[in-house]
Amino acid sequence: MTGLLDLFGLAESAQLLSLSAPGWGGNLLRGLANSLQIALGAFGMGLIIGLFGAYGKLYGGPILRDLLAIYTTVIRAVPELVLILILYYVGTDLINKVASSFGYGRVEISGIVAGIWVLGIVQGAYATEVLRGAIKAVPPGQIEAARSYGMPPFMTMRRVTIPAMMSFATPGLANLWLIATKDTALLAIVGFAELTLETRQAASSTRAYFTFFLAAGALYLMVTLCSSVIFGWIERWARRGQPSLRERRQ
Amino acid sequence: MTSFKSLMQPHRLVLIALFAALVVWCAVSLRWDWIPTYAPLALEGLWTTIWILVVTSILGFALAVPLGLAQAVGPWYLSTPARIFCTVIRGTPLLLQIWLLYYGLGSLFPQFPWIRSSELWPYLRQAWPYAVLALTLSYAGYEGEVMRGAFSGVAKGQLEAAKAYGMPRLTMFRRIWLPQAVRNVLPTLGGETILQLKATPLVATITVLDIYAVSSRVRSDTFIVYEPLLLLALVYMAIAGVITLAFKRFEDRVPQRR
Repeated sequence: MTGLLDLFGLAESAQLLSLSAPGWGGNLLRGLANSLQIALGAFGMGLIIGLFGAYGKLYGGPILRDLLAIYTTVIRAVPELVLILILYYVGTDLINKVASSFGYGRVEISGIVAGIWVLGIVQGAYATEVLRGAIKAVPPGQIEAARSYGMPPFMTMRRVTIPAMMSFATPGLANLWLIATKDTALLAIVGFAELTLETRQAASSTRAYFTFFLAAGALYLMVTLCSSVIFGWIERWARRGQPSLRERRQ
Repeated sequence: MTSFKSLMQPHRLVLIALFAALVVWCAVSLRWDWIPTYAPLALEGLWTTIWILVVTSILGFALAVPLGLAQAVGPWYLSTPARIFCTVIRGTPLLLQIWLLYYGLGSLFPQFPWIRSSELWPYLRQAWPYAVLALTLSYAGYEGEVMRGAFSGVAKGQLEAAKAYGMPRLTMFRRIWLPQAVRNVLPTLGGETILQLKATPLVATITVLDIYAVSSRVRSDTFIVYEPLLLLALVYMAIAGVITLAFKRFEDRVPQRR
């Protein structure tokens, strides 16, 4: 193994990327773990906001509908970077105001919680649109049938709407998840120690920019490729029982 | 576009009144005294944002056409590299790509004396060529996928008809294939251009002075937090609105069978 690395002149890069102390591999992996944690949290929060948002947009009153329309339009028109800054400052300000009104001092907010909160609100706007489209694609007869059996609305949602819309929603949700993993890189600008920031610190202290940026790119790419495999499984699971287009065409 | 009548419903009037009150409150109680000082700089930054957006979108689209074509109908030795390019660009964060180009290439170039003495060096020392390159490649990567679908979506009969008339291949591509492909994906292209607009503030991280960088400078100079950010969000929404309208005009010019 070492002979092979020497052959390609990669011994120095391998040393820089090694997991033990002189190498920076451990830092990169810790950054990756932070990134994935934030992405998972933000995606989950986005799904919850999106589900309520989609129901609000479809079945809510006129005021709720207009407010949700403003929410999705504004969030989707403003760059994520600007939103992250605004939401970050608003969030820390609000928490500090609440804390001081209860008589506590300044509160330090953990980077991960703030990142999840900020990216979750951004994801929520996109998820609202994805899920709204998916819910609208469910044949209304199925929901009417559930209603006519006297199913309460929440049970209809759990047993009929969500399973039936899954196959329409998974491609959009897969895209959203990929956006979430890549948006975590933006948190580097606010100073969270996620993968991109760790990479930049490692690169600027060793001057080996290409090694570290390419390594981080490979890590992100690995996450992307793994996620597309997993989402492929989820989509196949969501489509079970549906006739495949390819078979029908023949 | 929402019509005037649909705005006249009572609950919307209340919302509009609330919104107007919010705007008035913002104008009165927030601090805007920094605007005159920074207005010239902000205009300069706005101009940078707009030209970077326009140039990278056009160059990126020009690059996306061969990428899409290679993926749609190309032989394997063209389609595989194109697919790998699109996967890599779409699979890694743009911020990382920008930093890789700027810090990576930027630290590599000075080591070669012939690059330092070449005529390009005054440009390579600045940040904007790296920003333009990164954003162009990113737009091309996303658009390559869109154009792949667009090229393979053009009806086969149209191309066969052109062939039957003895049209040369380039003319056929220019007159029939490309226009039809672009027409079909105009809405997607509009959405992607707005995504590109939202990617432009990232160039501020490599010292390009765009409108986002100006707002950061105002914040760090004056310690005013919210006002520059709110104005910045408003500016981006305005540009996004202009892009939407422009693409809507393009779409309206496409004759459609309904």
